[in-house]
Amino acid sequence: MTTITPSAAPAATPPKRSLWQRVPVVHQLRQSVGLQRGMLVTGLVLMAIFVLTAIFAPLLAPYKYNQLRADGVAFGAQQPPSAEHLLGTTVGGYDVFSRVIWGAQTAILVIVLAVVFSIFIGVFLGLVSGYFGGWPDRLLVVVCDAIYAFPSLLLAIVLSIVISGGRSSLWGGILAAALSITVVYIPQYFRVIRAETVRIKAEAYVESARVLGASNTRVMFRHVLRNATRSLPLLITLNSSEAVLTLAGLGFIGFGIEPTAAAEWGYDLNKAISDVTSGIWWTALFPGLAIVLTVLGITLVGESLNDLADPRLRGRRAVAKASGTVSETSVVPGGTLSAGPGGLAGLEDGESFDEHGIEVRP
Amino acid sequence: MTTEALTPEATKTPTARKRSSGGSLGSYLLVRFLLIIPTIFILVTLVFVLMRTTGDPITAAQGGRLGPEQLAERIHAAGYDRPLFVQYLEYLGQVFTGNFGTTISTNRPVTEVLFTYGPATFELAFYSLLVAFVIGIPLGMVAAYFRDKYPDAIFRIMAILFYATPVFFSGLLLKLVFSVWLGWLPIAGRASTSAELEMEFLSNKTGFYTIDAIQTGNPEVLLDVLAHAVLPAIALGLLTAGVFLRLVRTNVIGTLSTDYVDAARSRGVSEFRLVRTHAYRPALIPIITVIGLQIALLLGGAVLTETTFEWKGLGFMLIEFIKARDYVAVQGIVVLLAVIVALTNFIVDVIAAVVDPRVRY
Repeated sequence: MTTITPSAAPAATPPKRSLWQRVPVVHQLRQSVGLQRGMLVTGLVLMAIFVLTAIFAPLLAPYKYNQLRADGVAFGAQQPPSAEHLLGTTVGGYDVFSRVIWGAQTAILVIVLAVVFSIFIGVFLGLVSGYFGGWPDRLLVVVCDAIYAFPSLLLAIVLSIVISGGRSSLWGGILAAALSITVVYIPQYFRVIRAETVRIKAEAYVESARVLGASNTRVMFRHVLRNATRSLPLLITLNSSEAVLTLAGLGFIGFGIEPTAAAEWGYDLNKAISDVTSGIWWTALFPGLAIVLTVLGITLVGESLNDLADPRLRGRRAVAKASGTVSETSVVPGGTLSAGPGGLAGLEDGESFDEHGIEVRP
Repeated sequence: MTTEALTPEATKTPTARKRSSGGSLGSYLLVRFLLIIPTIFILVTLVFVLMRTTGDPITAAQGGRLGPEQLAERIHAAGYDRPLFVQYLEYLGQVFTGNFGTTISTNRPVTEVLFTYGPATFELAFYSLLVAFVIGIPLGMVAAYFRDKYPDAIFRIMAILFYATPVFFSGLLLKLVFSVWLGWLPIAGRASTSAELEMEFLSNKTGFYTIDAIQTGNPEVLLDVLAHAVLPAIALGLLTAGVFLRLVRTNVIGTLSTDYVDAARSRGVSEFRLVRTHAYRPALIPIITVIGLQIALLLGGAVLTETTFEWKGLGFMLIEFIKARDYVAVQGIVVLLAVIVALTNFIVDVIAAVVDPRVRY
């Protein structure tokens, strides 16, 4: 049922898609229809705006994030929006517009660091733990479950006390925030990768690789890891949006980065609490909107990926047709599909479902 | 309930702990209860180790104010110069007997702080759950019924917006519109000073302002207390409502496509009953389980909401103690919240097991 080109590919193996089509999000974009596509595109546009703003912040922002005066004249505190200050000034006398733009840069640094750290640590732990099993595995599972069930913001607070003892410089603050978020999100990567590893470990191709004398390291990284990563794109998007919220939450309760070191939306919102009481709306509204739009963009992309991958949520035939397989590399006929169309699949090709979500062999 | 066996895919979030014991409800619950202990133990250990890597609490709190000799004396008196492992064992023993230490900044037992400010957080959590249920569950069912059509699109985007808006931002916006511009509701706090004074003289104060206000017998006090709760409850409730909406939608979609729903429809069951009873009921188990996990989100959100609205609960005090660098108090509150989370998850599992026999096996 896949779009088989008449000339090539024997019927048994689906044609390999071009590299461009195998890039995770591109595939989903082509696969989506109607509302789903609308959500995905909106999300991608918002994300693009966020990333571009962060990269070009020095060009876009009229002032520096810690600038208090231009041409020797102080901005003045709590000035309403005007021609010089498009979105007004804060209680500390900073330009709101500039700080909102610079804030994107801080946010993206924290997200990237946090996601990279937690992927590396979480994936490694999950892989090793799931592959070797035994008591270290059981211990790690219990620890990760305990951390997972705990309010992530509280854990991040404790960690940032430990790491920075409160306020700090630009890199100190960014690292503290990123590390706090990392520890909170390691369990999520750990759980997903461990579950996949335990499943894949039992596959015939892993067995045969072992029989051929492949070392544990080789089996783990070549055979297991490569087949265990399909749900990572989804997890990354969900985690990045949570990372933005956690960073803002930390900033809001006073673990932010000093305004002289960088701009941080949560910190600005904290300073806006008293402004709101006296009816000053611009200091709260714009940093808040920046957070909402960023999280919204990332979440829309994540939600769309999730919906397109989950067979229970695939409403339309067109979507179902192009969606996933559980393990196309499986040697066992029908693979592990006897357990039901696996949840987060859908980043690979080669199988299709009819309108009831039942697997149809081409 | 017999129809449930037909929906193998209805339980999207079956927990791995399913197989922890065979058969009877009693032994299942016992095993689940015993599993709380390692969870709490791990969190207590984690928090203790993390907080102690920063140094001893007395230096943190009084570092600038006392001379080095006085400081050493206080540290010795409190036993913070002993080996870390000894302190750890002692702390475990204390926690086990319900002693969470004494705050440094205010010199009160942490448990007293918990009893004074806990009710406020509980009230906030209760009201916001109420908001979340009232908004999230019906809208989730409607969205599932109109799946992929306009109502569904609107509600889903609403759910994502609720999730994407930090509680402190929605709190500030609500304050701006309803308190400052419209002047309908109070700006911050749990009650106005006059109402608080009136409740102060009650002989059996509970700390739950709603209950205390009823006890005064003065409707104005009750109205005042409720008016103060509206905005914080909405701010925190919307966050959770978004989660509930998505959860109910996903699970009801799963059950709506089952054969027994088709069968019921062909028997002429009304569409309303179809969604309300046939699709929603069987979807309840995963919903209950995930709602249990939301308690963690709710407590995290409570810290932010309480700061936004100066709602003097545990979260508000936690931030105050952090500012005062009173890490004994911080540690005590965090550990207590860990216990609450673990207990809530246990209670949720009990409910799930009682409602659905399949969970026990």
